[in-house]
Amino acid sequence: SLSPGDTSVLAGLYGPAEAKVSKELPDRAALEVLLRPKVGLPGVLERSREQLLRQTCEAVILGVLHPRTAISLVLQVLSDAGSLLSCCLNAACMALLDAGLPLATLFCGVTCALQPDGTILLDPTAQQEQEARAILTFAIASSERKVLMASTKGSCSVEEMQQCLVAAQRAATTIFQFYRDSVRRRYSKC
Amino acid sequence: GLLVTTCGLLRHRPGGGGAYWVDSQQKRYVPVKGDHVIGIVTAKAGDVFRLDVGGSEPASLSYLAFEGATKRNRPNVQVGDLIYGQFVVANKDMEPEMVCIDSSGKSSGMGIIGQDGFLFKVSLGLIRKLLAPKCEIIQELSQLYPFELVIGMNGRIWVKAKTVQQTLIIVNILEACEYMTAEQRKQALAKLSGN
Repeated sequence: SLSPGDTSVLAGLYGPAEAKVSKELPDRAALEVLLRPKVGLPGVLERSREQLLRQTCEAVILGVLHPRTAISLVLQVLSDAGSLLSCCLNAACMALLDAGLPLATLFCGVTCALQPDGTILLDPTAQQEQEARAILTFAIASSERKVLMASTKGSCSVEEMQQCLVAAQRAATTIFQFYRDSVRRRYSKC
Repeated sequence: GLLVTTCGLLRHRPGGGGAYWVDSQQKRYVPVKGDHVIGIVTAKAGDVFRLDVGGSEPASLSYLAFEGATKRNRPNVQVGDLIYGQFVVANKDMEPEMVCIDSSGKSSGMGIIGQDGFLFKVSLGLIRKLLAPKCEIIQELSQLYPFELVIGMNGRIWVKAKTVQQTLIIVNILEACEYMTAEQRKQALAKLSGN
């Protein structure tokens, strides 16, 4: 369960498990992501987020080690106070770490809000997201801080996007340190 | 180059050529050749049994892979039985295959696990701890009550003691060992043997 501020997402990972014959891939693992909103049934917005998460996770999971299996990632939104997609990305990465699935690199999610006067806000609250001119979410990989996924809502110029990217890459270091501390705490009990 | 793919503690064994490995904590089992596991028979299909070993696919076990089994003398295996065996074929491309005899044809403790007893699942890290030589947990428990124990590398443990209550006590202690430190465990066992 991961919560920056008041946004909270619970992630559960199951796999590599038996895949249905219609869904299994002959050379790699089939990844399925389910995102359940806090209230109501999952709609089109959840589906599009699921696809973004799925493509990010498929880029890092070494699926060729487990062909013809299914990996399911289930995310439940417990509370939403802004920056939901990056919270889901972070929860997904921690679930992958916890389950011990083979990964090529770690990733984290960072949301930037571009305000009307041009300033960049990281991890905006719902109120700040409403007022912003554009909201950009990046999935940053831990090796050389490469960009795995970028999602934009609103309009911004190319230079502004570059600036947001640089700010996000810097913020990613803090998040990776948090992963390291959490894992260290977990393994200290062994 | 070298790439780390799982998170865990880096361990080093200085003996021989030296070996480095990453000790990771997992609950999901992936079949590995040579591992001894506990499987549950789910189906009988002609000459092979299908066993659930907790991996992504059911494993297959031929009826001839038991000690002293011939075409006339078949082993008495029913659906739902527990089998302790080892993998002869286990890779990502093929269905895993198990046998209940070792390379010389002897069963050496493998085969159908008897009636009664209790099967439960723990994490793979605890299994490795229990299977380490001179494991303190097993020694301390054996001073409490006599019991039979089968440990499968797929996270499954089968326990049988004289009474149902003793069996359940041992099960609860083994499950709790995952999170207890050595002192907490000694305290719990001292309380139980005092009773």
